[in-house]
Amino acid sequence: MKKRRIFETAVHGIFLIMGLVTVGCVLLISVYLIIAGIPAIREIGLVKFLFGTKWASTAAEPQYGILPFILTSVYGTAGAIVIGVPIGFFCAVYLAKIAKPAVREVMEGAVSLLAGIPSVVYGLVGMMVLVPGIRKLFNLSDGAGLLAAMIVLAIMILPSIIKVALNALEAVPEEYESASLALGATPIETYFKVSVPAAGSGIAAAVVLGVGRAIGEAMAVMMVAGNAPNMPDSLFQSVRFLTTAIASEMSYSSGLQRQALFSIALVLFLFIMLINAALNFFLKREKVKQ
Amino acid sequence: MIAPHVSAKRKMYGALMRVLMWLSVTVCAAVVLFMIVYVMVKGIPNITWELLSTKPSYLSGRIGILPDILNTVYIVIATLLIVVPLGVGAAIYLTEYAPGKKIVRLIENAAETLSGIPSVIYGLVGMLVFCEFLGFKTSLLAGALTLVIMNLPTVMRTTQESLKTVPESLREGAFGLGAGKWRVIRTVVLPGCVDGVITGCILSIGRILGESAALLFTAGFAHALNNIIDGLASPGATLTVALYFYAKENGEFGVAFAIAAILMVLTVLINLSATFIGKYFRKRRSI
Repeated sequence: MKKRRIFETAVHGIFLIMGLVTVGCVLLISVYLIIAGIPAIREIGLVKFLFGTKWASTAAEPQYGILPFILTSVYGTAGAIVIGVPIGFFCAVYLAKIAKPAVREVMEGAVSLLAGIPSVVYGLVGMMVLVPGIRKLFNLSDGAGLLAAMIVLAIMILPSIIKVALNALEAVPEEYESASLALGATPIETYFKVSVPAAGSGIAAAVVLGVGRAIGEAMAVMMVAGNAPNMPDSLFQSVRFLTTAIASEMSYSSGLQRQALFSIALVLFLFIMLINAALNFFLKREKVKQ
Repeated sequence: MIAPHVSAKRKMYGALMRVLMWLSVTVCAAVVLFMIVYVMVKGIPNITWELLSTKPSYLSGRIGILPDILNTVYIVIATLLIVVPLGVGAAIYLTEYAPGKKIVRLIENAAETLSGIPSVIYGLVGMLVFCEFLGFKTSLLAGALTLVIMNLPTVMRTTQESLKTVPESLREGAFGLGAGKWRVIRTVVLPGCVDGVITGCILSIGRILGESAALLFTAGFAHALNNIIDGLASPGATLTVALYFYAKENGEFGVAFAIAAILMVLTVLINLSATFIGKYFRKRRSI
């Protein structure tokens, strides 16, 4: 009997450890990023690092200002949201409320396919279609830049926006809609003026999720954004995002340059944590309502 | 039924919203269709038996992607072998053992945080921890371990979902017959989570196939032909990483599109099997 109890305790312990692996991983990642990211910020100076407008890591007198990357990531994400959210939103309303079951099934399949396509494939298609297209359309010497990245990101965040917004719209109680229809509102008015506000926090969560996806994407952006560390002054400027700044120099970096890349990762991580907090806020509100 | 009076302004609003919805759905469908058709048209003519069955050779200037295919297979196997037990164990802890709401919330929050972290950060931390601190160097194994952390939340969540559907009465019956907790888990709980594990595996395979940023610094980009043991110990490019290099660094767009077409077909297959398996198990449950 005693042997069996020891055995059961051991099993319990093993499962406890497996359960705590995720927590351990989060701690590991946070601690490692902080330890690796702080030294360069200390050496360069926080203000000079965050608000310096020039990144010249391989110059004779290297400069490590990441404001261009921060602004590019913010503008790029904002652009992706401006393009992607309306399309995703109207799509979600249509699929949730109006589409016939067959149409809905096909479109849902298409949207999950869009979510499953590897980011390098988006990058490749962007490189071959979007970049030359932008170059010809606007008569530029090179089409790779901020606008191309925005469009690719907008397409890449569509699936997350559509899926989450669709679920939120589905969860709106039917009585709300029946009441609105009974009061004389047309179906379309009902969907947009009753169902959408009722699903508000879920739709907000969808947008925030899209922001997170866009700001974290690296490879597709790397293939279409041009990758020069410029300030994002125009839509056609060749730019570098926070993610691509890390990815493009990591393989050959050393010394302070390498440490500065870790610091960029730390900044990106803080952005993501903020976005996660916002996401949790909206998801919790959605749950409370249900 | 008497149609209610609807003013012209309201009719306009309705029409406008209809047009916007219709446009959005069309754009969405067009993008998907274009991606598939374009990649297939550009890729399939470039897929030859030689490309699939050889390794790149500098002497003849020939490009082959067999090593990349094998590397992808190796990394999928290695990742799943580690992540499935871990994820299932974590899910079992959450549903069967966890003493209170607090620890469940802690673990679930951690999993959510993990799924929000961008892959480039995983790549960086994976490089620091696995390649440098633990001394695995740049290798497929280091890449696989990084992918384990990325996919842990997925496997955990799908297993948890399926465990919730195991009826409490089955567990109580087993306990009533005098089985210990481990015995109940082994005989009642584990068989009940097969569908969750399979779904988790499929989703993970999809994610591993598509991953590139996390593998760039951890698994590297060599094209050597290895067996699985040597392969895991040495650096190697998976299909996605190879696509990136052929397109961005070498300008070999034909090869890049061939790989893209292969990845596209695999993505479609994975999506179809995920849907199919979901339906199959739902049907079996409802009987």
